[in-house]
Amino acid sequence: MRRSRTSRVLLSVLALAVSAVWAFPVYWMLNSAFLPNVVLQSTTPTFLPFGGSFDNFGVVAGDPAFGRALGVSLVVTLTTVVAALAVAFLGALAVSRFRFRGRTSFVLALLLIQMLPAEGLFIAQYKMMSSLGLLNRSLGLAVLYTAAVVPFTIWMLRGFVAGVPADLEEAAMVDGLSRTQAFLRITFPLLAPGLVASGVYAFLQAWNEFTVALVVMTEEQSRTLPLWLRGFVQASASRETDWGQVMAASTLVALPVIVFFLVVQGRMSSGLVGGAVKG
Amino acid sequence: MTSRTTAPSSPATAPVPPVPPVPSATPARRKGRGSRPGGRLPLLLVLPTLVLLVAALGYPVAWQLVTSLRKFGLKQQFGAPPEWVGLDNYVALVTDPALWAVVLRSVVFCLVTAFVTVAVGGGIAVLMNALGRGVRLVLQVSLLLAWAMPVVAAMTVWIWIVDWRRGLLNWLLVHLGVDGAAGHNWLAEPLSFFVVASTIVVWMSVPFVALSIYAGLTQVGTEVVEASMLDGAGGWQRLRYIYAPLVAPVLSIVLLLQLIWDLRVFTQIKLLQDAGSVANETNLLGTYVYQLGTGKGDFGTASAVSVLMLLLTVALSWRYVRSLMAQEN
Repeated sequence: MRRSRTSRVLLSVLALAVSAVWAFPVYWMLNSAFLPNVVLQSTTPTFLPFGGSFDNFGVVAGDPAFGRALGVSLVVTLTTVVAALAVAFLGALAVSRFRFRGRTSFVLALLLIQMLPAEGLFIAQYKMMSSLGLLNRSLGLAVLYTAAVVPFTIWMLRGFVAGVPADLEEAAMVDGLSRTQAFLRITFPLLAPGLVASGVYAFLQAWNEFTVALVVMTEEQSRTLPLWLRGFVQASASRETDWGQVMAASTLVALPVIVFFLVVQGRMSSGLVGGAVKG
Repeated sequence: MTSRTTAPSSPATAPVPPVPPVPSATPARRKGRGSRPGGRLPLLLVLPTLVLLVAALGYPVAWQLVTSLRKFGLKQQFGAPPEWVGLDNYVALVTDPALWAVVLRSVVFCLVTAFVTVAVGGGIAVLMNALGRGVRLVLQVSLLLAWAMPVVAAMTVWIWIVDWRRGLLNWLLVHLGVDGAAGHNWLAEPLSFFVVASTIVVWMSVPFVALSIYAGLTQVGTEVVEASMLDGAGGWQRLRYIYAPLVAPVLSIVLLLQLIWDLRVFTQIKLLQDAGSVANETNLLGTYVYQLGTGKGDFGTASAVSVLMLLLTVALSWRYVRSLMAQEN
C-alpha cells in the first residue's frame, strides 16, 4: 500500500502514543515501587526512579503476611494446575479420539459452563464449603478453581490432541508397540506443548483469581495473594498509604504472571507435527 | 472460567480470556480413522470431569434454585429452618425498585463499556494493520503488557493513579487548568465512579479485542485488497466494503464476549468500592449479590438474583457457544 510519508509518520506517532497509554500503568507501578515514600508524598510526581532502591520490596517481602499469602497461593495454584491437567487430559482424549453417545451434549455443556459467572455461583459455593468444613482451606478453594478451569482446559487440549494424528499412533503399533506404549512414546511427547499451554492457563487463572477467594477465604491467615493486595486498597480508604510499598507488593504479584504470559504467548501456536505425516 | 475469572477471565474478570474463535492452527481431524466408538472407555475418561463439575458447580446451581424459593429472615438467623415461599423472592425482586436500579446501572455500564472497548480495540487493530513492522511490534508488546497484568495488581495501580490526595490524575488535571481538581475524590460520586471503573475495564479489555480483530484483519488476502485498489477503491471504501464484511464475524463474537464479561464485572467494582465509595450507590449485579449474601445473610434473595444472572448469561452466551460448536463439527 502506498501512503504519503507524512501520513506514515503521523500514524507511527499515533501508534506510539497509544502504546504509551497502555504501557503506562505498568510502568507507573514499577516506577513507584522503587521510590521512597518521602518522594511519593511530594505534590509533584516523580516520573523516573532515579535514586530509587529496592527498599520497598524488602519491607513488603519481609512482612510475614506476604509469606503466608504466597504459601496459600502457591499451594492452591499448583494443586489446581495438576488436578486440572489430569482431569482435563482424560476428558480431552475422550472428546477428540472417540465418538461416543452424548459427546456433542458433553462439549456443549462444557462450553456453556465455561461462560457461567463466578458471581452467579459464589453464594452457593460459600454455603457448600461452609457445610463441608472447607472454608478457609486451600483444598476447598483448589477444588472450586479446578472445576472452574477444567471446561476451558478440555477445550484447549482437545485441539492439541486432535492435532496429533491417530495415524502416527497406529503406525507405531504396526511397528510392534502396544497401544499404551504407542500412546506414551509417540502421542504424549507431542502433546507436551499443549499441556504446558493449558497448564499456564490454569496457573494464571488460579493465581489471579479474586472473586471466589474473597468469598471462601474469609480469615486473614488463609488469604491468597490477590486478597493480601486488597488489604492495601482497603487500608488506603481510611488512612495515608505508603504507595511505594503497595506498588512493590503489586509488582511481586504481577511479575511471575507477566513473564509467564509473554513467554507462552509466542510459543503456543507453533505446529509441532506439521511434517510428521505427509499428505 | 473466563473468568472466573476473572475472566479469562474476562478482561472484566479474567486476565486471560479464552482464545478468540479464530480458526485454530491445528489441522482438521480426518474423518473415520482416529475416531473410534471405543465402548465404555470414553465414558470412563469423562467420568472425573463429570464428577468434579457436578460436585463443584452443579450442586451449587441446584442449591440456588431451591434456596431462591425459600425465605431467610430474622427468625432464620436464630436457627429456625427457612420457610418455603414459592416464587415470592422473585416477585419481591421484580417489584423492588432497588434491584431495578442495580439492573439498569449494570446494563448501561455493560453496554457503554463493551461498545467503547470494541470501538477502541477495532481502531487500534486498523491502526496496527497500517503500521510498519517496528512500530507495530512496540504497540503489540505494550498491549500484551497491559493484558498480562493481574486484575488486582492493575487495580492497585489505577487506584493509586486516581488517588485524591497525591494521585497522578489530579496533578495532571490541575496542570491542565481544571478547576477544583486538586484533592477531588473521583470515587465519591457514582457518575465519576463509573467513568473511572469503565475506563479501567476498557484499558484491561482492549488488548484482547485489538489483537483478535487484528488477527481477523490479517486473514484478509492481499489479492482482494490489491484488486479493489486496481478498481479504484480508496482507503475508506476498502475499510467499508472489503475489511468490514470479512471481519464482521470476529467483531460480533468479540462484542458478545465483552457484553457477557462486562455484565458480570465484579473485581474492579469491589476494589474501587473498597478504596472509598458508598457501596449502595455504586453496586452492580455482582457486588449486589455479594452484599445480599455475605452482608445481610439474605440467601433467598441473593440466590434469586444469582439465578437471574445465570439465566441471563446462558441466554447471552448461547450464540457464542453455538458458533464454537459449529467449528467443532
